[in-house]
Amino acid sequence: MRVRAQIGKVLNLDKCIGCHTCSVTCKNVWTSREGMEYVWFNNVETKPGIGYPKDWENQARWNGGWKRVGNGKGSIRPKQGGKWRILANVFANPDLPQIDDYYEPFNFDYQRLHNAPESKAQPTAKPYSAITGKPMDKIEWGPNWEEILGGEFEKRKQDYNFQNVQKEIYGQFENTFMMYLPRLCEHCLNPTCVASCPSGAIYKREEDGIVLIDQDKCRGWRMCISGCPYKKIYYNWQSGKSEKCTFCYPRIEQGQPTVCSETCVGRIRYLGVILYDADAIEEAASVASEQDLYEAQMRVFLDPNDPEVIAAAKRDGVPENWLEAAKRSPVYKMAMDWKVAFPLHPEYRTLPMVWYVPPLSPIQSAVDAGHVGLDGIIPEVEKLRIPVKYLANMLTAGDERPVVRALKKMMAMRIYKRAQTVDGVDDPKVLSDVGLTEDQVEEMYQVMAIANYEDRFDIPTNHRELSVDDPYGERSGCGFSFGDGCHTHGVTRNNLFGAKNPRKRAFPNRSELLVKTHNPEA
Amino acid sequence: MSYLDHLLFGYLPYIAGTIFLLGSVVRFDMSQYTWKTNSSQLLDSSRRFRIANILFHVGIIALFFGHLIGLLMPHSWYAFFGLTAGGKQVLAMTAGGIFGVICLIGMLMLLHRRLTNVRVRAHSQPMDHFILILLFFQLTLGLGTIFVSVDHLDGSVMLMLSEWAQRIVTFQGGAAEAIANVHWIYKAHIFLGLLMFLIFPFTRLVHIWSAPFWYLGRSYQLVRQRQG
Repeated sequence: MRVRAQIGKVLNLDKCIGCHTCSVTCKNVWTSREGMEYVWFNNVETKPGIGYPKDWENQARWNGGWKRVGNGKGSIRPKQGGKWRILANVFANPDLPQIDDYYEPFNFDYQRLHNAPESKAQPTAKPYSAITGKPMDKIEWGPNWEEILGGEFEKRKQDYNFQNVQKEIYGQFENTFMMYLPRLCEHCLNPTCVASCPSGAIYKREEDGIVLIDQDKCRGWRMCISGCPYKKIYYNWQSGKSEKCTFCYPRIEQGQPTVCSETCVGRIRYLGVILYDADAIEEAASVASEQDLYEAQMRVFLDPNDPEVIAAAKRDGVPENWLEAAKRSPVYKMAMDWKVAFPLHPEYRTLPMVWYVPPLSPIQSAVDAGHVGLDGIIPEVEKLRIPVKYLANMLTAGDERPVVRALKKMMAMRIYKRAQTVDGVDDPKVLSDVGLTEDQVEEMYQVMAIANYEDRFDIPTNHRELSVDDPYGERSGCGFSFGDGCHTHGVTRNNLFGAKNPRKRAFPNRSELLVKTHNPEA
Repeated sequence: MSYLDHLLFGYLPYIAGTIFLLGSVVRFDMSQYTWKTNSSQLLDSSRRFRIANILFHVGIIALFFGHLIGLLMPHSWYAFFGLTAGGKQVLAMTAGGIFGVICLIGMLMLLHRRLTNVRVRAHSQPMDHFILILLFFQLTLGLGTIFVSVDHLDGSVMLMLSEWAQRIVTFQGGAAEAIANVHWIYKAHIFLGLLMFLIFPFTRLVHIWSAPFWYLGRSYQLVRQRQG
């Protein structure tokens, strides 16, 4: 057992209102730069739909994620090919999406509205391509083209999650359904982007699991973009480097939530520590059946209350406050204790670390109209407006049982709390049916329904003193930056012409100072 | 022996070589963020581009190693491979011709794309155009030497050229004299070649240094430890 900690994330889709505040705050902080106009580290898709970039879930087309080749532990390789194949493709990556698969970024000529001469018709603000600077006749696609079921069902039904679903009936107005899916980098335990990078520029941080691209080391071979099945690595066409969601690591290090989580209006986002066994990743990622991957990933997660785990974690250098945070982690509670959260597309075998609580959907009106049967007290979740099979295709590689259990628990919580607060009666029967205790449901209610800030985010601060030998010397450095001089991570060295790296000031180590002051002979 | 011969084929190789090596090291050390392939595949990933880029790279890599081995292999080794000077020249002309044409087709397609594709063109730096056009002239000259070489198949000129290269890399002096009497087309080809070494550190060509062979030997997953 090799214990490592990660800041995991859960998104409660049951409460997402599709306001895009997460996307916009993220955009403003991270990707409002030339070359990145088309990039959304965080985006919110309306489902069903083909998403952004187009059809990203369809790995028969994009060849992202891992493929099992042969039997036994570790017998997986990137679906886009093994190492020789990847190297052979560096000249022309056959699986790379083009800019049109995202959308051609554009700006509007707003100035025209101010300075147009008087005319009979209203002046218009024409769109201009952000790449070529030339006017665009017609905008054909955008980052959120399918917002609230925009476009025809004929196109949206290409959605990969409709596999084994009788999808035609959902094109009828009476049966139509929708949900929001906010997406960001999954910061996987077994990331294909890292595995596909010929330069070795992408890495996972040991201390908090965040996956980052070393901008200095990236050479622009572009294999990570096709490697990532979630298409959450983007090529900056201006800088010639790949960029991705940073999980707002400068904020996480300070114990603050990511910007998307902080600003989430629906309060659907949760951040907390997950302890996992690094030695178990390979076996979990290569289990035979795709439907076993969800269970397999849960076996990689470690119980933060198990004394054996705690001892091993201390041995492996996980700080004490991280172990304490792991015990309180809302992410662990939702994923492991209550089992209401699921990984997005576990069948890609990347062991993603951003999990999703499936959404409930309208049922009561249908019950009232006599369309839906009642299964005891809890309505039959199988008859929810959003087909369970659709959710299962998204969250459990098609296995409906775990999704049904989760939805039933969420419904039971609603029914129990409604009876308690509206009718003033406790109804433990509804809980025992789904295997919940009263204490559990009260905590679930507190975390998932009330969702106070402190309950959603439990992020221990990073221990900079463990990462840098001289944190004091880091002061007045240039922080996060690109390019010359200020490197994106603290490298202590002089450059070729002897100048100090501006990030790091020369200053004696704290330990050296101590030695000097306590040494009587000095 | 003219002044120009000495300058271009006696001294320029060392100037170009120094700038090539030192410039690369300085850029890598001081400005690694700019060290990249600068791919434009995102803006145009058409089938035409993919074919063109593969043809270009396969051709140019073969040409590079062909020149490297052909010029620097000591003359005494020819017999060891069962080659006469004339035989080796014919081999070089054939292989160079084949890969030169492959490279030329790819390059013309790429040049056409860079000049006509609106997105790629908008994104192009002057240096992108310059390096492609320079390579085009160099390749044309290189292919042109084949027609001159047909007139003397005994390998004598080839020996002079490789004598020049070997004298340069072994600091023996007298290199310029070795090729004083070759046809101008060889001299022009050598001059453009040296020019490419000269500008190498200032262009996207630096990605050649980073050919990621070591990827084959590494584990799939990389985890960086907190120790900075």
